[in-house]
Amino acid sequence: MMDNITHTHDGPDPHAPRPDHDDTVTHHRMLEIAVRELLVEKGILTADEIREAVERMDKRGPHLGARAVARAWVDPAFKARLLKDGSAACEEIGIQMDQPTQLIVVENTPTEHNLVVCTLCSCYPRMVLGIPPDWYKSRAYRSRAVSEPRAVLAEFGTHLPDYTTVRVHDSTADMRYLVLPMRPAGTEGFDEQRLAALVTRDAMVGVTTL
Amino acid sequence: MTPRFSVGAPVVVSRGNPPGHVRTPYYIRGKSGVVERVCGEFRNPEELAYGRSGEPKQVLYRVRFPQKHVWPGYQGPDGDTIDVELYEHWLEPLQ
Amino acid sequence: MGGLQAGPVERVEHDYQLWEKRVDALMVLLSRKKRFTVDELRKGIEALPGDAYDRLTYYERWISSIASALVHRGTISIEELRTKLADIETRPDGPKAGKP
Repeated sequence: MMDNITHTHDGPDPHAPRPDHDDTVTHHRMLEIAVRELLVEKGILTADEIREAVERMDKRGPHLGARAVARAWVDPAFKARLLKDGSAACEEIGIQMDQPTQLIVVENTPTEHNLVVCTLCSCYPRMVLGIPPDWYKSRAYRSRAVSEPRAVLAEFGTHLPDYTTVRVHDSTADMRYLVLPMRPAGTEGFDEQRLAALVTRDAMVGVTTL
Repeated sequence: MTPRFSVGAPVVVSRGNPPGHVRTPYYIRGKSGVVERVCGEFRNPEELAYGRSGEPKQVLYRVRFPQKHVWPGYQGPDGDTIDVELYEHWLEPLQ
Repeated sequence: MGGLQAGPVERVEHDYQLWEKRVDALMVLLSRKKRFTVDELRKGIEALPGDAYDRLTYYERWISSIASALVHRGTISIEELRTKLADIETRPDGPKAGKP
């Protein structure tokens, strides 16, 4: 990939950390700075655009998916729309979605449990859940969620009976998946906000139940 | 472009190991499943990976496979499934 | 990668650092501006030599691939990148320097 740059220092600066060529952390951080500055100098991007993009992603998180889940729990017609066209239903409640990826919402029931993975890289429904956690991108998860989902679920503390079918969804192309968890017992009469607060990211990926 | 396969059609994933960027996982090649839905038409990622247009768009399907047929020694009930998104040019009708 | 042997899933997560979020931003912005496709980036990552894939963290892989894709497309040149990296290294604050 990128060659290391050889250079000489005129003399040691006691105040500055000395860049270490073998330290790939430092090298890649420098690469990010270099690429970003070059792009700004060439007028391809502006510093503001980059900052705004960072802020936009910062605002994305599981609270968005949780809103859709809570709405689906209280509003059967919305739930039907969510299951039919996840992207459109999320836009309906003010969650901005991405082109060209499409959101498919899959519903957990007592007899079906859904689990989402991307074996090829780490595709994830970022628009409703934010940036994926490290474990979702790990070799272990990506290798084993498809071939031994029940064992992986058990590692997350989720044990399912045999009469519950486990359906794994491998996001290999342009679809993104969000699990609609089952509404927990004892939540009758909760308003949407209270319900949304119960919904976890892990439940929307499918590694846990609520 | 008319989809070649409709929902419920039994299909088999091509074997083969073409070079380049491919979004058909190794583990599913040669396996048989059923079309669960027709996702629509998308630009071909195998072409997009080389900076080409990826057109004409290809039909993308979600295909459902029984886990017991995908993994020898799969630990779990027979009903467990795996859904994979696959492009039309990777699918053949199951005879 | 599906179906390969692997150990237990370590449920680690870390708060993403600013430089990582910026890599993410570059990926989103540049693909939206059609400077490259996400598919090119994925291909670039797939092309990383085996040990680099495991040695590098997620965003280290992505910034490597972004840099490669931009060079490949002629958006930036290797020479420009080298010059810029050398400049960054000689800054008083070292790699922490960088215009916001």
